[in-house]
Amino acid sequence: MSTVAATPTVGRVGDSVLRLDGPPKVKGEFAYSSDLQAAGMLWGHTLRSPYPHARIVEIDISQALTMAGIHAVLTHEDVPGARTYGLEFPDQPVLASDRVRYYGEPVALVAAEHPEQARRAAAAIRVVYEELPVVSDMERATEMEPLHEGRPTAGHGYRDDPRPNVVRHMVIRHGDPEIEGEVTVSGVYDVGIQDQAFLGPESGLAVPDGEGGVDIYVATQWLHVDRDQVAPCLGLEPEQVRIHLAGVGGAFGGREDLSMQLHGALLALHTSRPIKIVYNREESFVGHIHRHPARMWCEHRATRDGRLVNVRMRILLDGGAYASSSTAVASNAASFAVGPYRVDNALIEATAVYTNNPPCGAMRGFGAVQTCFAAEAQMDLLAAALDIDPIELRLLNALGPGDTLPTGQVVDGSCPVAETIRAAAAIPIPAAEALPRDPIRLPGGAGNTTRGEGVQRGVGFAVGFKNICYSEGFDDSCAARVVLHADGSAEVHCAAAEVGQGVVGVILQVARTELGIDAVTLMPHTTATVGSAGSASASRMTWMAAGAVQDACRAALEERERTGSAEVDVERVHRHPRTTPLDPETGQITGERAHVALACSAMRVVAEVDVELGLTRVVWIGTAQDVGRAINPLALEGQIEGGTAQGLGLAVMEEIQTRDGRITNASFTDYLIPTTLDMPPVESVLIEVPEPSAPYGAKGVGEPPTVVAAAAVVSAMRAATGKPLTRIPVRPDEIVGL
Amino acid sequence: MKITLTVNGERRETEAWGGESLLYVLRERLDLPGSKNACEQGECGSCSVLLDGTLVCSCLVLGAQADGHEVTTVEGLADGDRLHKVQEAYVQAGAVQCGFCTPGLVVATVDLLESNPSPSDDEIREALSGNLCRCTGYAKIFDAVRQAAAS
Repeated sequence: MSTVAATPTVGRVGDSVLRLDGPPKVKGEFAYSSDLQAAGMLWGHTLRSPYPHARIVEIDISQALTMAGIHAVLTHEDVPGARTYGLEFPDQPVLASDRVRYYGEPVALVAAEHPEQARRAAAAIRVVYEELPVVSDMERATEMEPLHEGRPTAGHGYRDDPRPNVVRHMVIRHGDPEIEGEVTVSGVYDVGIQDQAFLGPESGLAVPDGEGGVDIYVATQWLHVDRDQVAPCLGLEPEQVRIHLAGVGGAFGGREDLSMQLHGALLALHTSRPIKIVYNREESFVGHIHRHPARMWCEHRATRDGRLVNVRMRILLDGGAYASSSTAVASNAASFAVGPYRVDNALIEATAVYTNNPPCGAMRGFGAVQTCFAAEAQMDLLAAALDIDPIELRLLNALGPGDTLPTGQVVDGSCPVAETIRAAAAIPIPAAEALPRDPIRLPGGAGNTTRGEGVQRGVGFAVGFKNICYSEGFDDSCAARVVLHADGSAEVHCAAAEVGQGVVGVILQVARTELGIDAVTLMPHTTATVGSAGSASASRMTWMAAGAVQDACRAALEERERTGSAEVDVERVHRHPRTTPLDPETGQITGERAHVALACSAMRVVAEVDVELGLTRVVWIGTAQDVGRAINPLALEGQIEGGTAQGLGLAVMEEIQTRDGRITNASFTDYLIPTTLDMPPVESVLIEVPEPSAPYGAKGVGEPPTVVAAAAVVSAMRAATGKPLTRIPVRPDEIVGL
Repeated sequence: MKITLTVNGERRETEAWGGESLLYVLRERLDLPGSKNACEQGECGSCSVLLDGTLVCSCLVLGAQADGHEVTTVEGLADGDRLHKVQEAYVQAGAVQCGFCTPGLVVATVDLLESNPSPSDDEIREALSGNLCRCTGYAKIFDAVRQAAAS
């Protein structure tokens, strides 16, 4: 529900400002990566493995090469540089050579004059596979044959774990993890594989520059790290590969890893023609990483009056075939496992494993979503065991400044957990609607043919938190360049990826605020004219881009003051407070902090569940979010509403289903995301306690709603049904008790 | 084969392969990429256009089927820089984030308000339930439709 009356398109920090890209987007004129064309362009297509685990015996491209319109058919033999790449560890082949490790792994590439010719030629490539045993059960992965030779993630300062297929094993020991409480509750919780399901499938255009280099126009989240992965595999210097941001149709973590960048560039350099690659929806589902599925064993020990004494959790994450960002997801899952609560003793163990399941990596919430679901279910169980109001129990244990996290880090920034909980709890809940009523407002909608006899209503509550910015010693930075012109105008260069979240607006608001002028232009996002902005992820982009633009603007004004010159051009790199790694044996901080800042969200949900049909309707959501300071309240509300929708989807409908490693629902027919009929009104309250180390005090806002929403929705469903509902997405069978 | 159709009031002629969808013909043959290719199987509504005034997913219509017919795409709604009232409402309400679903939603909203100028909230939800959006959670899209209806 909108609470903001917005009109200006030019504004300063704190104003609700309309999007600059709004008019071109509503007119259909905004150029997304799939809309690009170039003279002489060919279409690329990727042949992918039909097996989750197999040895490649032979690849025969001879027939494909003879087909009409075909300009190139490439295999691993045509990769001129490094044969493997990866976001953090180069464990993934550019094209499979002797072995495929997941269903959909790229094996060969085709360039043709028409996309259908490319698809047909790919189908004519004869690949002889010899199937290998599939590692599909994450609980057994560490007892199976290793999927990778050597241990790709070993030697990076992680805890040494010699078991096969361990991507990362970490342990956080805090206080006395053996200490008993007066009351103990325990449970085992599962999270299925969620997909980012951004609307714009992976796509882009690779254009050879005629001098051996290539320009890649692509929808991505981190231009410079794309370049740093692509160039070595092409055998090129980084400067020879220029990544330019094309219009991005959503991201949510799913564009952190490479998609078509390398494959398009290989075909472009081979054919000396521009290459366009556009995945269809099925290829998108199999072609990008997902949210890690998880199993979590939890035990919460407390005093009889409700104070947490000891939290013990074991977390298992299925990383799939390649590492992607699994090591960081495992760390986040462990670091925030307890939730935003004070506890003096804890034992948290997290393991991410390799399997032949779909590769998993970054998705909005990044490890904290899974553990929030488990930990908040535990808090509800504890409240029931102690006969304490669940909100009171959370307030009693709420984390605040000066408290210590299980990693030993002392909370020294903004951390208004109790205030956020109180604000969410104070939003009035709508009265129950009488029955019978229009079936569009029954669980299951118009498909519900009852008069609502089985409908039960429940109210749930949950609190979640996670880190803002990168962690554990990652040297995180963002560059911005500001050019002041003699006519009083300014231009800003920053490679921060606009993925729909609105960072373009943030950059302009900051520049206008700092320079005190309205005539500011943001130049194209590219690796060619400015340094790295880091990734549009980890709820970091607003903080980091605002910091970099602020620094560069102030430096530009100083430079003009100092030199008196009319034209000034300066670039500055912003860094947040430094972090250090966690101790590999104890999971304790080795410096002041492993995480930069924290952001919290509390959510109250009303759900109606038809307990006879197993159908759920989320009726209403009220939420309060700790945002530091709102830079653009209108855009911020949009982040809360959209992030909430993704958490709701995970709670009741979204799951990538696999059978022996094969994805069986790679379409929007079978992988459901919330529609207009599924989303209730979301009332949001912003809690503004500025973060001292952040530019303008602003925290990132994209992830907290997604972290908390699934937990809050299922809390309401438990209240409605009385069922334990320990797995998300909740399936109708679990509601009706089949 | 040759296809002749009227798009946004303009008569257009193009060569096409018989297997190409109307969406492909619009995007790749007629230089009208406003209609989006998000699922290409009629599930997401991103490619919605009006075919002889009827709302269709252009990915489910063959280009050849549009031969001799009239098509209105998202590119045909504004009058130069003057946005259609539905487009204006989407901008003003903050209903656009990544915007990939927006062209389809705008066309679907135009179609809704054509047949029902003052839809109830339930009617809005039902009418737009074939248009997926992954960014907004729909709240500001509902605001936009209500604003457009009121203007």
